[in-house]
Amino acid sequence: MKKTGAQIVCESLIAEGVDVMFGFPGGVLLPFYDTLPQYPQIRHILVRHEQGAAHAADGYARATGKVGVCMATSGPGATNLVTGIANAYLDSVPMIALTGQVARPFIGKDAFQEIDISGITLPITKHSYVAMDTGSLAQIFKEAFYIARSGRPGPVLIDLPKDVMTDQAEFIRPDKVDLPGYKIPTHGHPTQLKSASKLINEAKQPLIIAGRGVIISGASAPLKEFAEKAQIPVITTLLGIGCFPEDHVLSYGMAGMHGTGYANKALENCDLLIAVGMRFDDRVTGNVDAFVPNAKIIHIDMDPAEIGKNVRVDVPIVGDVGAVLHAIEKMIESSRHIDWIQQLDEWRKQHPLLDIHDSAGLLPQHIIHELYEATRGDAIVVTGVGQHQMWTAQHYIFHEPNTFISSGGLGTMGFGLPAAMGAKVGRPDKMVWLIDGDGSLQMTIQELATLVQDNIAVKIAVMNNGFLGMVRQWQDLFYAKNYVATPLSCPDFVKVAEAYCIAGLKVTKREEIRPAIKKAMEHDGPFLLNFMVEPEENVYPMVPPGAANIEFMERPKKEVSAWQRRSTP
Amino acid sequence: MATTKHTLVAIVNDRPGVLNRVVSLFRRRGFNIDSIAVGHSEVPHLSRVTIIVNGTTATVEQVRKQLDKLIDVVKIFDITGDKLTGRELALVKVKANSATRSEIIEIADIFRANIVDVASDSLTIEITGDEDKIESMLKLLQGFGIREIARTGRVAMVRGNLGVMRKKEKPARTRAKKPVTKE
Ligand SMILES: Cc1ncc(C[n+]2csc(CCOP(=O)(O)OP(=O)(O)O)c2C)c(N)n1
Repeated sequence: MKKTGAQIVCESLIAEGVDVMFGFPGGVLLPFYDTLPQYPQIRHILVRHEQGAAHAADGYARATGKVGVCMATSGPGATNLVTGIANAYLDSVPMIALTGQVARPFIGKDAFQEIDISGITLPITKHSYVAMDTGSLAQIFKEAFYIARSGRPGPVLIDLPKDVMTDQAEFIRPDKVDLPGYKIPTHGHPTQLKSASKLINEAKQPLIIAGRGVIISGASAPLKEFAEKAQIPVITTLLGIGCFPEDHVLSYGMAGMHGTGYANKALENCDLLIAVGMRFDDRVTGNVDAFVPNAKIIHIDMDPAEIGKNVRVDVPIVGDVGAVLHAIEKMIESSRHIDWIQQLDEWRKQHPLLDIHDSAGLLPQHIIHELYEATRGDAIVVTGVGQHQMWTAQHYIFHEPNTFISSGGLGTMGFGLPAAMGAKVGRPDKMVWLIDGDGSLQMTIQELATLVQDNIAVKIAVMNNGFLGMVRQWQDLFYAKNYVATPLSCPDFVKVAEAYCIAGLKVTKREEIRPAIKKAMEHDGPFLLNFMVEPEENVYPMVPPGAANIEFMERPKKEVSAWQRRSTP
Repeated sequence: MATTKHTLVAIVNDRPGVLNRVVSLFRRRGFNIDSIAVGHSEVPHLSRVTIIVNGTTATVEQVRKQLDKLIDVVKIFDITGDKLTGRELALVKVKANSATRSEIIEIADIFRANIVDVASDSLTIEITGDEDKIESMLKLLQGFGIREIARTGRVAMVRGNLGVMRKKEKPARTRAKKPVTKE
């Protein structure tokens, strides 16, 4: 029996296991939305801005490991998706972006709301399709999902002309894809595995740096087995957080610009760096010429184009991170590295992360720590971009993959609220906390309405410092406190929440933190906490831009207090 | 690091937008493409793209890997180091009158070029060869007055029995043969 294009789209989505999508309608999507109620298996969540749809699909994908789906109409709807698609591309998030397009006879005529969205998104998608024929839809969807989720994942865009949705064709779901130009590395090359094992056995001061590739590959278990067998300390990138339990004795936190002093010292002094599922982003390497000056590098990654892109590599291993780690673990000898680990523990004592200054006011570090205690580290934590993001990375202790969700590569302010929404939709069983900045939140604050309409119980903690804090920090440190365009007058967030029918609370004192968090957690539904934090608090340590990691700045001594994190092992 | 001319050969799906994808990757890396030649290959629905580009070996390798990631790029090789046959075709329209015509024809003969059109005050010459040969002939013709030049850009082929599709890949880039999923 013949089906319409819109029906084929829905059937294909269902066949790919899609049960929720985030979208926003428009003229050319009317045939699709008209058809959607025939398929109650697909829950459609109406966002308030298409950027929110893309970030929600992104947050959903990161929280569940499944493909996130977003949809927007042609023209302005499609262009509103662009930031969210770029965000997913840079962080390798599996996503399908569906865009409406004007009917085929109008394409190329600058018709109303016609835009070349596949052209615009060419450099920020893993692949894209313009579906020019209803009969090809089934094949396109099959391929698109396969490409989005396999190998190094990424966003795939499908542009859907209006008349392709109304035309009819036989729906025959292909049972396979045949893409001769698409290569997925699997196991590492035996010669390279052997060279790597030899280097690992010989190393005196080895170090593992793990990135999001470990999470994507589901390789936390093989990573742990490998690190434990060879007793190798583990540090992570920002997006690698959670791939290795941060309360593990071999865990030394995050490296890089706002990484721990001891992680950066370990990088400086290691004689072998085993880089796993990470891509040597400049925020991790610092001055790349001074990066790991004493070490050989083994680089394990799924993407051959990442090998040798930013740093020289001694042993490249292209393959699935989990399979490679598993193979290497079998090949290496057990070792101890007692002196090296003692040295790292020594550095940890010398450079404690929580060198907070005594303050009468509220400090974000305290709040995040309290959030950790209250949730026992069991929440999914989503952030915006800025200081609060770095403090979250530093002070919440993550035990599991897919529990820290943050915009890394693109650093997109406004990611937080919609991504938290997507995460909660994907993992309704989990408590989802959004830790956001007052600046970041205001970029996509309209999604509060979506939380209410679709009953999505995200808990929100706003670190309200009245500044675009991270930029202010740079002005403080590198531009003689010339605070231009960073002071931010904010609305009363509790009142804003109230206007959206979301309960909220303003917190101004340290002793109020714990009861406020408790109240938010006990509340049925979304809740907003407006923390009036110290306006000019800075994130430390910090590697100044362009400097080597080892040149990290610490908090000026006079500000340091005795407050220490209780749960630090 | 020294830049050199690289010859890349890509076998790509014959679909709308594919060339756009390929070229846009060069633009992103700030490469200026010397020449690009596209045509059918020995396999139906696959086109062959020959790209000549100037760059350091490391940066060209980076672009090659990025191109290899494009779904529509079935295979890509940097054949710079191989023994190559490289050819380009050029059409040259030269001013000619009764006094100069025979001299121009003589020059064309030396380069085994063909006269493909004769008009009242011009000759059109077709020449095939490597870039050096074409440049040399153009130099000799310059004095007569060149009206127009059209060049195809180089196409290239590795010498020997094997087609480029059968070329071995490097060990570090181990991969599955062909991803076919079944559910
Ligand atoms: C969309 C976007 N615009 C601008 C920036 C540059 N930027 C990075 S951090 C930051 C300040 C963020 O302020 P806020 O959300 O209040 O967080 P805070 O740093 O105060 O914790 C800015 C403007 C960005 N990352 N993203």
